[in-house]
Amino acid sequence: MSAGRTRLAAGALVIGMLAAGCGGSPSAGSTPTDGKITLTLNLFGNMGFKELYAKYEAAHPNIKIVERTSAYNDHHRNLAAHLATRSGAADVEAIDTGFIAQFRNQPQHFADLRQHGADQLKDRWLPWKWEASLAKSGAQIGYGTDVGGLAMCYRRDLFEKAGLPTDRDKVAELWPDWTSYFETGKRYTAKKPEGAAFFDGGPQVFNAMVGQMETGYYDTQDNVVVATNPAIRSAYDQVLEAVAEGQSAKLVGSSPAWNTGFAKSQFATIACPAWMLAKIQDQGKAFAGQWDVAAIPGGGGNWGGSYLTVPAQGKHTKEAVALIAWLTAPEQQIEVFAKHGILPSTVATYDKPEVTGLKHEFFNDAPIGQIFTTAARNLKPQYQGPRAGDIQTAIRDAINRVEEGKQDGAEAWTQMLGDVERISK
Amino acid sequence: MTSVRSGPRRRWAYQLDVKGSPYLYIAPFFLLFGLVGMFPLLYTAYVSLTDWNLLDPAHEWVGLANYADLLADDYFWNALFNTVSIWLLSTVPQLLAALFIAHMLNRRLRARTLFRMGVLLPNVTSIVAVTIIFAQLFGRDFGMVNWALELVGLDPIDWQAGTLSSHVAISLIVIWRWTGYNALIYLAAMQTIPEDLYEAARLDGASQFTQFRRITVPMLRPTIIFTAVVSTIGGFQIIAEPLLFQAGTGNPTGGSDRQFQTVGLYLYEQGFSLYEFGYASAIAWTLCMIIVVMALVNFAITRRIRSS
Repeated sequence: MSAGRTRLAAGALVIGMLAAGCGGSPSAGSTPTDGKITLTLNLFGNMGFKELYAKYEAAHPNIKIVERTSAYNDHHRNLAAHLATRSGAADVEAIDTGFIAQFRNQPQHFADLRQHGADQLKDRWLPWKWEASLAKSGAQIGYGTDVGGLAMCYRRDLFEKAGLPTDRDKVAELWPDWTSYFETGKRYTAKKPEGAAFFDGGPQVFNAMVGQMETGYYDTQDNVVVATNPAIRSAYDQVLEAVAEGQSAKLVGSSPAWNTGFAKSQFATIACPAWMLAKIQDQGKAFAGQWDVAAIPGGGGNWGGSYLTVPAQGKHTKEAVALIAWLTAPEQQIEVFAKHGILPSTVATYDKPEVTGLKHEFFNDAPIGQIFTTAARNLKPQYQGPRAGDIQTAIRDAINRVEEGKQDGAEAWTQMLGDVERISK
Repeated sequence: MTSVRSGPRRRWAYQLDVKGSPYLYIAPFFLLFGLVGMFPLLYTAYVSLTDWNLLDPAHEWVGLANYADLLADDYFWNALFNTVSIWLLSTVPQLLAALFIAHMLNRRLRARTLFRMGVLLPNVTSIVAVTIIFAQLFGRDFGMVNWALELVGLDPIDWQAGTLSSHVAISLIVIWRWTGYNALIYLAAMQTIPEDLYEAARLDGASQFTQFRRITVPMLRPTIIFTAVVSTIGGFQIIAEPLLFQAGTGNPTGGSDRQFQTVGLYLYEQGFSLYEFGYASAIAWTLCMIIVVMALVNFAITRRIRSS
C-alpha cells in the first residue's frame, strides 16, 4: 500500500462524501454551434431503444440523441446524487420499478409531465403502471417503458434427461402453482443430470413469487409489512425447503458466477421476466433451441420494468418530454418487443397480432407474444413502497446465508427483519 | 532624494524576498489543500452532526447523535473487525515477502534491471481488473484455486461465503499488488548500506542469513517502520477490493453476512446506497480518528526504537 494510494484514498474519502459524482459527465443538453439540440439519455442495461434514435432524428432534424448506459445499481445511485446536487443528470433518466417509489417522493426534481400533456396520454398505459410513477402531489414524473411480465424458462434437454416432459404446455401443467413447481423440482432432483440443479438460486425464485402477491413489502400507506405479511414468510419457507432438498444451484443473481451458470448448464429452470430473455441469449449462446418458455406457476406477476423521466434541471425539458412520449408510444414499444423481447406496458399493444403472434427462435419458437401478454393481463398490480429495492436485497442476503450454510432459516429471518427495520426507519 | 529613499525600500524588498518567497512558493500546495482537502474535511465534520439524507432537502441538526448511534452499531464494529483482520493478513506477509524479494534483488543477478522492474508490474495494473480476475480465481464452482485444491485431494472452499476464507482471498489481492512496490523501497534502502559491513561479516564467517538478520534488517529499520505506517493507513481505508469481490451484485454489503465489509465499504453503503450522508460522514470522521491513533502508536514505537 503506497503513499500515493493512501493520499488518493484519503482525498477520495472526504471529497467523495461531498462531491458525490458532481464531476465527470459532460453537462447534459448542451447546444452545439450547428444549432442542433443534443438530448442525452442515461439508461441501465439494454432497453432496446438504439434502433429508434435514427428514426427520431430523421423526423426531428434539430435533435441529436446520445445514449449512455451503466450498471443497474450504479445508475440509480448516480441519479440520486445528480438530483441532490442539482447538476450532472441527463436530459432523460431511466428509473426501474424497484426505485420509482423512492424518486416519486421527490417530484420537485423532475419535470411534471402533466404540464406537457400527460393527461391526454394517460390511457395508453396499464393503469397500475401509470399510478406507480405518480407523486402524492399529483405530479406525473415518468412514462412507462416495459413491464416485467413473468414466465418460466426451462431447458428441454435437461428436463428430458431427468425424465420430465419437454413440451411447453405439458411443462406448464406440471406447475399450476408454486407448491407443484417445487414438487416437480423434487422429481427433477432425484434424477437430475450431474451438476445441473433445478433452479438458479433461492432469491431469484423468491422474487418471482413476491411479484405475484397482491401485497408485497409495503401496504398502500407506505408501511413496511415484511414481518407481518404471511405470504412473504410462506414463500420464504417454501424456497428454503427447496434449497434444503438440493434444488438450488445457489448462484447469486447477476454475479459473474451466475453468468457462468448459463454457459455451464448449472440449472434447468429460471424465473423469466420478459427482459430475462435477452440475458439468457447473451449468456447461453450455445443452447439455442434448448431453452423454452412456459407459463409461470401461479400465473401472472411482475418483476421489474422501467420508466423514462425528465429531470427538471435539464436545459431542454420540453424536447426531452417530447422524446420520451415518442419512445414509450405503442408503435415504438411493439418494435422494441419484436427485436428484444422487452414487453410493452401500453394496453393497445396486447391485441396487436404482431405482438401476440410473436415467436422466438432461440427459445424453440416459443410463442412469447402470447405467453407474456397473458402474463401481463393476469398481473395483479402490487403497490411499491420507497425502499422496495433495498428490502429485496436484504431478503436476498438472508436466503444466501442459508444457501451458504451459515445460518438456518429462522436465524436468517430474524437478522433480515433487523436489516429491514434499519432500511425503513 | 530618490537614492536616499530607495535604500531602505530596496532593503525591505530584499527582506521580503528572502523571508516571504518560500511561503509564496509553497502557497499553491496549501491553497489547493485547503480547497480540496481542508474544506471537505471540515464540511464533512459539519455534515456528520446533521441528519442529512441525500434525497431529503431538510438537514436537521442532531449534534453527536450519529456518533452515539455508530458506537452502538454492530455492523460498524463488524466492519472494524474485518478491516483489522484484512489489514493484518495482508500487511504482515506482504512486508516479509517484500523484504525477502528485496534481499534477493540486491544480489548479483543476470538481467537485474528486468527483475527489478518486473516486481513493480502488479502495481501498475488496474485494481478493478485485478480484483475481478481474483474473484474469478476464487470462484466456488469453476475457480482455479478450488480446481487446484481438488487436484491435491482437498475439498473445495466457498471463498466468498466464509469470514476467514474471504479475508484471505482479499488479502492476497492486496499482497499481490503491493509487495513489489514495498520491495523496491527496501531495495533502495539496502543499497545505502555500506558494503564493508557485509565484507567484515563475511570475513568473520557469517552466513547469508546471519548477514541478513544482523546487518540488513537493523539498517532497514526506519524504512520498515515507514512502510508499516503507510500500509496501516492504506489498509484501514481498503474499499475497492472488498467491493469488487462481490462484483455484479452491485451491493456494498461485503457478502451475505457482511463477512468482508470493511469500514470504508460500510461508509460507502451508508452514503451512496442508503443516502445517509450524515451517518456516513460520522463514519468517515471516526475512521479518520482511528487512523490518527494508529499513526500516533506507530510514531511512539518509532521513537522508542530509535532511542533504544
